[in-house]
Amino acid sequence: MQSETKSRVDQLTSPAGHAVTVLRFEGDIASTSKEAVLGAYQALPKGTIKQVLLDFTKVDYINSSGIALVIQLLMEAANAGQKVYAFGLSAHFTKVFTMVGITKYAGLFPGQTEALAAL
Amino acid sequence: MSEIKTTTVEVRLPSRMGFEKVAMSTASAVAKLMGFPEDRVEDLKTAVAEACINAIEHGNRLNEKLSVGVVLSAGVDSLEVKVIDDGKGMSKKQAKPDIDRKMHGEEDPRGMGMFLIQALVDEAEWVAGSEGRASYVRLVIRLDKDA
Repeated sequence: MQSETKSRVDQLTSPAGHAVTVLRFEGDIASTSKEAVLGAYQALPKGTIKQVLLDFTKVDYINSSGIALVIQLLMEAANAGQKVYAFGLSAHFTKVFTMVGITKYAGLFPGQTEALAAL
Repeated sequence: MSEIKTTTVEVRLPSRMGFEKVAMSTASAVAKLMGFPEDRVEDLKTAVAEACINAIEHGNRLNEKLSVGVVLSAGVDSLEVKVIDDGKGMSKKQAKPDIDRKMHGEEDPRGMGMFLIQALVDEAEWVAGSEGRASYVRLVIRLDKDA
């Protein structure tokens, strides 16, 4: 019933010349999304990545279990000394992420261009 | 005396994760028919989804022989949604999630459903059913909230 979560990884360079790893999600982010969210993050090469961008542009539905997965990703990234940013959230989910405090640990941007420009 | 009309829509969901989206879609359709603005419709969708997830997971404990009832009552200026399960009801209110404690592993990353519900609707109450059955959460959003 829940649409499968897909994820893929892109490597980009910010206008300032920094390497940025982008995790792009598609579908619902819910309790069934652990592999697509945490698994995809954990499969990234260790030690070399400093900045991670989460792309929610193609995500329509995020529930509290999905938010918990994002928080777990942020925990692991913090422990690895990485900075995490996100873009592409709807106005509603930008509000929800702000309400639960995620913005304290992950900067939110409207789109990829704005996010890359800030890195 | 003027008559206050209420229109009722009912949905029954299987106790299977993912079917909360059926209730979301129904609540969204009713709220749009009533004239709620898009941002309030989105608030309602998330609140209804979280209420249904709690009912499926904690109330009915994912027992697919049990169903979750969703009753939407559209009044003149408000929409009430009751989400009914066969559990004992919520024994205590959840504290507001503390992102710092979650990030430090001192608090479960999950457990934000009740907080989101309370934050996104105008009224939310949890009612324990008699004899441990037919417990429900009642949500209300009002049309004139930002008027």
